Amino acid sequence: MLDVPHATTTEHSETQFDLRKEAEAAGITDTLQQLDQELIGLKPVKNRVRQIASLLLIERIRQRAGLASAPPTLHMSFTGNPGTGKTTVALRMAKILHGLGFVRRGQVISVTRDDLVGQYIGHTAPKTKEILKKAMGGVLFIDEAYYLHRPDNERDYGQEAIEILLQVMENQREDLVVILAGYGERMTSFFASNPGFRSRIAHHIEFPDYAEAELLVIAELMLKERGYRFSAAAREAFEKYIALRRTQPFFSNARSIRNAVDRIRLRQADRLVSDLDRMLDVADLETVDPADVLASRVFSGGADTRSAKP
Amino acid sequence: MKLTQGCFSFLPDLTDEQITKQVQYCLAKGWAVNIEFTDDPHPRNTYWEMWGLPMFDLQDAAGVMMELAECRRVYGDRYIRISGFDSSHGWESVRISFLVNRPPQEAEFELVRQEVGGRAIRYTTVRKPAAHASA
Repeated sequence: MLDVPHATTTEHSETQFDLRKEAEAAGITDTLQQLDQELIGLKPVKNRVRQIASLLLIERIRQRAGLASAPPTLHMSFTGNPGTGKTTVALRMAKILHGLGFVRRGQVISVTRDDLVGQYIGHTAPKTKEILKKAMGGVLFIDEAYYLHRPDNERDYGQEAIEILLQVMENQREDLVVILAGYGERMTSFFASNPGFRSRIAHHIEFPDYAEAELLVIAELMLKERGYRFSAAAREAFEKYIALRRTQPFFSNARSIRNAVDRIRLRQADRLVSDLDRMLDVADLETVDPADVLASRVFSGGADTRSAKP
Repeated sequence: MKLTQGCFSFLPDLTDEQITKQVQYCLAKGWAVNIEFTDDPHPRNTYWEMWGLPMFDLQDAAGVMMELAECRRVYGDRYIRISGFDSSHGWESVRISFLVNRPPQEAEFELVRQEVGGRAIRYTTVRKPAAHASA
């Protein structure tokens, strides 16, 4: 197959651009709208995503106008407490970047320390490279990235993986986007001991904790996805549940809510099955009663009573 | 003498951009791409040495090009070829193979004719020693 040189659009640089049309053609409006609808809260995250999307769009137009354009650095770090949606947004980010044409394939390779760092000398480099090759043209998502660096062991192979990562992040910026994720404080100390990482990442995004109202909306969304709904009283009970659960240890935002929703489904099923002699209708099957919520341990002193009480 | 083995070998050497496109074609077909090198490009030498493992599960040619650059850095003075292996049932074999690197001084081969019993003719491909090879 020979490459026939085809006419490039840059030869006659355009001077007029219809921004709305451009944005729609790139699918930005749709993607951002979807992001807004499907992800509750996360204001700062959405703002940053919108900024990045705008930059990418403008960058593309600038290219066509014949203005100087450098490929933007897109490596990101997501920090935040457990269950604030870091992984979910990373998956979404790959779709956005792919839609805008800044990654070619749009696949997400999600890895942790185990996938990158080897067991013995000479094992790490091939392993890391293997992962990098798979991630080329897409997004490499490194969860709990701070485990790569073990400050207590200076001969740890993690350092080798970090060096290879940094090299590729620098030299092949147009081939892949690296997203690091982890809990706030530990990421800060990770970046402190690896300044090279910090400076190569353009976007440091903080994921805030959810407010109580947001958690309620998330719960309702989760129930809806699973084909359930709160009765009015159950909704009130769940509001109380959230307020209580937040004050208890091991609260991890949306993840705790997801677990609570799953347990509520268990209790609802149990309640229905306990009375075998009645006829069920669809409303019974999909409605969550306050009893299903109030039976939670959260109302009787905490999900983890042993460590909750001093 | 320009060595002609595999696909595209009668064309001018592929540029990196063209190689990238060919590799992307292989990946789109779901083939595993391999990089192999040798200093013995005899036409009957099928077994070239592999540079790393076959690259399964890749999405984008950039990963292969990264390895190729590394292989060229180390073995730039040898022949390097890229092959695409189709693991699907019924094929289970190499579907494409093409040269991506030649040494500055190419290997020279000669076809030697030998008359054997009953005036039958036997041919042998003999590699000429490098010292006699014309530039």
